[in-house]
Amino acid sequence: MMASSYNAKDEDGHITVSGPGGGTLKNKKPDNTAFKQQRLPAWQPILTAGTVLPAFFIIGLIFIPIGIGLYVTSNNIKELEIDYTGVDMSSPCFNCSQNFSWNSTRPCTCTIPFYLEQAFESNVFMYYGLSNFYQNHRRYVKSRDDSQLNGDIEALLNPSKECEPYARNENKPIAPCGAIANSMFNDTLELFYIDPNGTKIQIPLMKKGIAWWTDKHVKFRNPGGNNPNLTAVFQGTTKPVNWRKPVYELDTDSENNGFINEDFIVWMRTAALPTFRKLYRIIQKKNSMIPTLPRGNYTLEVVYNYPVGSFEGRKRMILSTISWMGGKNPFLGIAYITVGSICFFLGVVLLIIHHKYGNRNNSADITN
Amino acid sequence: SKRHHQRRWEGKRDIRKLVSNLPYEGLEKMKQPNRHFPGNAIKTTKYTLLFFIPMNLFEQFHRLANIYFLGLAILNFVPVVNAFQPEVALIPICVILALTALKDGWEDFRRYQSDRKLNNTPCFIYCRKEQQFVERRWKDVRVGDFVKVICNEIIPADLLLLHTSDPNGVCHIETANLDGETNLKQRRVVPGLSTSTSEFEPESFNGVVVCERPNNNLNHFKCYVEKPDNVKVGIGIESLLLRGCTVRNTDHTVGFVVYAGHETKSMLNNNGPRYKRSKLERKLNTDVIFCIILLFAMCLVGALGHFSWLQELPSVPPYLVPDSHGHLDSPALSGFYMFFTMIILLQVLIPISLYVSIELVKIGQVFFITNDIDLYDEESDTPMQCRALNITEDLGQIQYIFSDKTGTLTENKMVFRRCTVMGTEYPHCENGKRPWPPQSRWTPDTEDADPAGTPHYHGSRHRGKVAESAQRDVAFSSPLETEVVPDRKLLQQIRRTESSSSSSSSGKTDPYLDFFLALAICNTVVVSTATVRRQRVSAPICPLETSNPFETFSHLVRKVGSFRQTISSWRPMSNRSRTSSNCSVLEEDHFNSLAKTGNCGGRKSTGPQTQDTSPSLRYEAESPDEAALVHAAKAYGFTLLARTPGSVTVRLPCGEELVFEVLDTLAFDSHRKRMSVLVRHPVTSELVLYTKGADYAIMELLGTPYQKRIAADTQRHLDCYAKEGLRTLCFTKKVLSERAYKDWSVSRQGALAAIDNREKLIMDTAGLLETNLTLLGNTRVRATGIEDRLQESVPDTIVALREAGIQVWVLTGDKPETAVNIGYACRLLDEGDLVINMNYVLQLMCVSILDCTLEEVRRYGNDPTGLAPTISLVIDGRTLAMALESDLVDRFVDLARRCRSVLCCRVTPLQKSAVVKVIREKLKVMTLAVGDGANDVNMIQAADVGIGISGQEGMQAVMASDFAISRFKHLKKLLLVHGHWCYTRLANMIIYFFYKNVAYVNLLFWYQFFCGFSGTAMIDYWLMIFFNLFFTSAPPIMFGIMDKDVSAETLLGLPELYRTGQGTGEYKFSTFWTAMLDAFYQSLVCFFIPYWVYEDSDIDVFTFGTPLNTVSLFTILLHLSIEIKTWTVVHWVIMLGSVAVYFIVTLAYSAICVTCNPPSNPYWILQSQMADPMFYLTCIITTVLALLPRYPQYSFSFAYKNKNSPPETDFEQGTILEKVWL
Repeated sequence: MMASSYNAKDEDGHITVSGPGGGTLKNKKPDNTAFKQQRLPAWQPILTAGTVLPAFFIIGLIFIPIGIGLYVTSNNIKELEIDYTGVDMSSPCFNCSQNFSWNSTRPCTCTIPFYLEQAFESNVFMYYGLSNFYQNHRRYVKSRDDSQLNGDIEALLNPSKECEPYARNENKPIAPCGAIANSMFNDTLELFYIDPNGTKIQIPLMKKGIAWWTDKHVKFRNPGGNNPNLTAVFQGTTKPVNWRKPVYELDTDSENNGFINEDFIVWMRTAALPTFRKLYRIIQKKNSMIPTLPRGNYTLEVVYNYPVGSFEGRKRMILSTISWMGGKNPFLGIAYITVGSICFFLGVVLLIIHHKYGNRNNSADITN
Repeated sequence: SKRHHQRRWEGKRDIRKLVSNLPYEGLEKMKQPNRHFPGNAIKTTKYTLLFFIPMNLFEQFHRLANIYFLGLAILNFVPVVNAFQPEVALIPICVILALTALKDGWEDFRRYQSDRKLNNTPCFIYCRKEQQFVERRWKDVRVGDFVKVICNEIIPADLLLLHTSDPNGVCHIETANLDGETNLKQRRVVPGLSTSTSEFEPESFNGVVVCERPNNNLNHFKCYVEKPDNVKVGIGIESLLLRGCTVRNTDHTVGFVVYAGHETKSMLNNNGPRYKRSKLERKLNTDVIFCIILLFAMCLVGALGHFSWLQELPSVPPYLVPDSHGHLDSPALSGFYMFFTMIILLQVLIPISLYVSIELVKIGQVFFITNDIDLYDEESDTPMQCRALNITEDLGQIQYIFSDKTGTLTENKMVFRRCTVMGTEYPHCENGKRPWPPQSRWTPDTEDADPAGTPHYHGSRHRGKVAESAQRDVAFSSPLETEVVPDRKLLQQIRRTESSSSSSSSGKTDPYLDFFLALAICNTVVVSTATVRRQRVSAPICPLETSNPFETFSHLVRKVGSFRQTISSWRPMSNRSRTSSNCSVLEEDHFNSLAKTGNCGGRKSTGPQTQDTSPSLRYEAESPDEAALVHAAKAYGFTLLARTPGSVTVRLPCGEELVFEVLDTLAFDSHRKRMSVLVRHPVTSELVLYTKGADYAIMELLGTPYQKRIAADTQRHLDCYAKEGLRTLCFTKKVLSERAYKDWSVSRQGALAAIDNREKLIMDTAGLLETNLTLLGNTRVRATGIEDRLQESVPDTIVALREAGIQVWVLTGDKPETAVNIGYACRLLDEGDLVINMNYVLQLMCVSILDCTLEEVRRYGNDPTGLAPTISLVIDGRTLAMALESDLVDRFVDLARRCRSVLCCRVTPLQKSAVVKVIREKLKVMTLAVGDGANDVNMIQAADVGIGISGQEGMQAVMASDFAISRFKHLKKLLLVHGHWCYTRLANMIIYFFYKNVAYVNLLFWYQFFCGFSGTAMIDYWLMIFFNLFFTSAPPIMFGIMDKDVSAETLLGLPELYRTGQGTGEYKFSTFWTAMLDAFYQSLVCFFIPYWVYEDSDIDVFTFGTPLNTVSLFTILLHLSIEIKTWTVVHWVIMLGSVAVYFIVTLAYSAICVTCNPPSNPYWILQSQMADPMFYLTCIITTVLALLPRYPQYSFSFAYKNKNSPPETDFEQGTILEKVWL
């Protein structure tokens, strides 16, 4: 250090000498710039009652109308929820829920009748809901191979380690691998409208358009490009242990088969919270004159495959119309109204305090 | 017994015997006698190219933080506990290690370059083969070589000076590179080795150099040369040329290499930078421990939660993933593992990045402090220096200041003010005035030609008037300050004695002449010619003339001037020469020439010559009072012309030059408090001892009865001087007999040749000679008073510091009277103060007085009327020593605590540091010591913050200090503004950092309650890293560097504001926990609002995390913007930039990364969220609700502050003022 310091002085070629007549060649005076002297033009927000009060009133005045709007919108959304877990003896699905097995070959069906008190006017989204299902468990979330799902042949045949222990079965790579795929929801839900005459009309359910566009077209891809012969493409792989049929038999429509099956894609988007719903089907409005789901009697027919007893879970079917703010949730509206009211109230309190003490303060200032 | 002693010393391992290399030149290495000593090549690099990475890593892992980091990263590789992909968890530690390594590598490379440059610097080494000095490199120099150093070259190694071109065997060196002192120091040739004038023959050197082992003491060197005839010549530091110094004023020198390379004193002194730990940082560490406890608590909650969650499950659900063998751990084991997973997940809670950020912030703060133009001293061209980089915030918490007096409160630019000779006082009325502006200095005055000597008086009175009108603005140290206006009466006295004895030699013993001779001789002032040291000459000669056109011109002018002067008058010359060569001409011998033309008309012929040869004498004095005395003597015509170790040349007023043979110089030391010079008078051949010293050190050596009256008068004058605040010195003379000298000389030589205990022996012999002086009694006392002017704005600064709640103590070596006087002058003491003077010899008395005073002072303290006077304590060194003893110290401290100001007089350097230590430890306060001299070094090092004033007394105080300023007044802005800012900035920044980490990490923690405590993160890990690394790192750093809670003007105007930093200040226990509570509240809001919004919906993990991340970004930044008091462009850019960077980086990352970071996959998530109005609605309400308590709390506390405490009322006024200013 010392060495370098005197060397540096040598380089400069001068010695700084203080005292009389010592003509210093280089000035060490700091630059007199606004930045270096910390004199940049500055704005100082001074938090006084005068500046705080309007802020509160403004927040209050903006939030309360927003809250009301949100609340009304949410209330206009119609929603119907049917629990078909079959825990109660009286439940139609009780029997099915008792003899569960992942690999049972004999499907168990149950029929749940329900009554729709209000007609659902617009498009209706049909969800299945699970509760107490921790899809967000750390190890569960990781148990997938995105490369495999993206159509990578290499990953198809050699699933990543993350998929363990659901990577291989009987020495064959599992496609799709991992615990998420393995535990895919496999109940089938069908909806029938009971005509006032007593005739049972099946309601057409759209199974496409339920996944994110980017998921379906970018993230998930079948191996082998556009080869429609998925059976050949998935040659050499085996189905997940809990599945009843291989991935290439999920649907007959080649646009919705294999990895790009939308039910599968929706399931693979792991839910953030243990109680969640996932979009199952869409009931499209056909005619502007007739409501999508008119008021009346319906039955829900369930092919009961998915066991939830191991985690005391519940299974639900949810019908919901949709608005710009998504599903029915009055919380945000209430929150806005509450926060707005608090701000307004605080504003009033502050105003009173300010009015009471502010004057005194001013007079004190003047006497000073 | 002495020989025995010597032998014992040699028997020890701590000596070295060196011989010349020349007889062994060309032999192989094994036969070289000096082969064991290292070469002169230096290597200051820490690393080698090959081992850089391992060595640097080893170095870095000495830091606990890095080990913690590494431990977490390794933990992440354990499959059962890992929270993230193992590789990803390595990123933070790798980034930090890589950045540090890069910095270290660069620094090391710079060191390597500078080493290489130094090692390859050319120098001249004697070569036997070629029989001359040949050019080699520094790295080729070995111990035992003979090296020739030419004028203005840097000395390559520690050399024993054997020969110089100077006929007197003297060499001047400048040690600025070593200690920053710019005055020249004289070194002399080892006596009796060199064959004086002729060219030095290295081959003829056949002695053995015996020296001590290398050490880092720059001021001591023990060595002797044993000649073949067994004669030993003792050598001290005065014959050692130190590596790194520059040879000046000497054409060339030859030295014998004693120490080379890393063993040289300069390299041994080359320590790393000082590291002090600031008070704030110590407190910070306790809070880090709180954080660790919190982390463990949270991890424990996670572990227990996971355990009970697993317990509750009726059987194995499909979402529980077994390990690769299909095996599931038991709930207890899983819970145990989960503990570690949680540590990894929540690791950010321990703010590792805080340490890096604090370092960055301090660099920024130091940048602003050093660049403050108000702390820059125009006159000496020195900006503020921060030598310790990590205690800037301590400046804002100072409670006690311990200040040196001389040179700190005062200028330490001494001016000769008054003197008393033989009991007669000469008041020098005109000198009291401040220096006059140069223009009016030598106004042609008709009276100047008056031969009677009156011109001085009239002229000076005239000048005095001019000065009075203009002096207020005059810079304090114009070169004229050393000028002394002679006292008329004294001048006449000299005239009289001189004319009465102009031709005779007996008159030389006249007390007046003796007095001035003593002034001129009795010192260690070195005379140099100013022109030489000003310029760098590349040629090996350092000529006086023709190298600089300016100089040649001035030289010509001077010649013309002197020519004219010989004809009639000197008037126009000095004026013109000053204007034409204002740079190179420093001093003109005006008075001298005046005296000549006025008095010694008969000796005119010598006039012009002497005028020519000494046009620009420059006195290099080690202490300013010596210089002042020499200048005073010069003013009366006694000009010190030259000083060599063997002689002193003085020109008398009549132009006659006397060469005194100097037989010995007994140097000054703080024990004897005096110095002496023993000379042989050239005319009378008498052996005269002139002694100069502090009055009490001299007065007690006088004893003969017939001197009593003079002594008493003198003492009276001395007391009077001291009351005026003058510094006093006494001069004595003693004539020795030849025999007495011979006797003394023997014992002196013995002492000098001793190596062990040498200093003490030398001191003893010095004392011996000086004590004899009383016995002989043939002494005369003259005293001088030297004024030491108070520095600019000192009273102002002291008052401000006191208003700021800082206790100011003054510790000085001066007499109580002087100190008290200065105390009043600088408003440390007030007229209304009750001054307690403690000056007792007996301990018993000291005890009882201390108790009484304490009792009384306590009563005053309890006085409810508030009419009790403020109490000041003046204590002298002896009493202080008693008071600091263990049984009294508590009472003393208690008394001192109740006093408004304390003045300690006649204290030794060690006592200064003892006082500081006692106060610091007993009262647990932050102390600051400020001083300028070597005697303040102890105190500066003992205090929490040491401040050195780069002034007149060298650089030792600066070298030991943490901050270096050039004027005392700078302390005001340094403490009140920069100290306050640095402290509040850093304190707020640290609290904010804790808050930020807790607020963010808690989001992850709350999520654990909804994912079965499984350690899931709902935010992509990369985005989490980026969040801390890029999105939210710059704003707090900027906050720590640039925020201004109060403007500089207000802080200077209302010193009371400084009190906020004292004690605990902003950084309190409560502040920390308030911030923590706020963080908890905010994290709850930031988590649960989105949670309720997205409850029972089809939201996925990362889509849920995105609004959380966004909301906490907004909350954290807006929280900061509530804290920011002053917004400049930089603030806006950084705040808005951070938000922009967040969105740009996250959008880019989620657009590009389809499968890049398996299994985490944030693809298109932010995009889809940003297309959803709910996202914005959620973000807005969450941010508002999170900040809802903070915002009104701030405004409330503001209003509350305004009403309740009086200083805060001022505070508001301050802000109102600021509004006007801004």
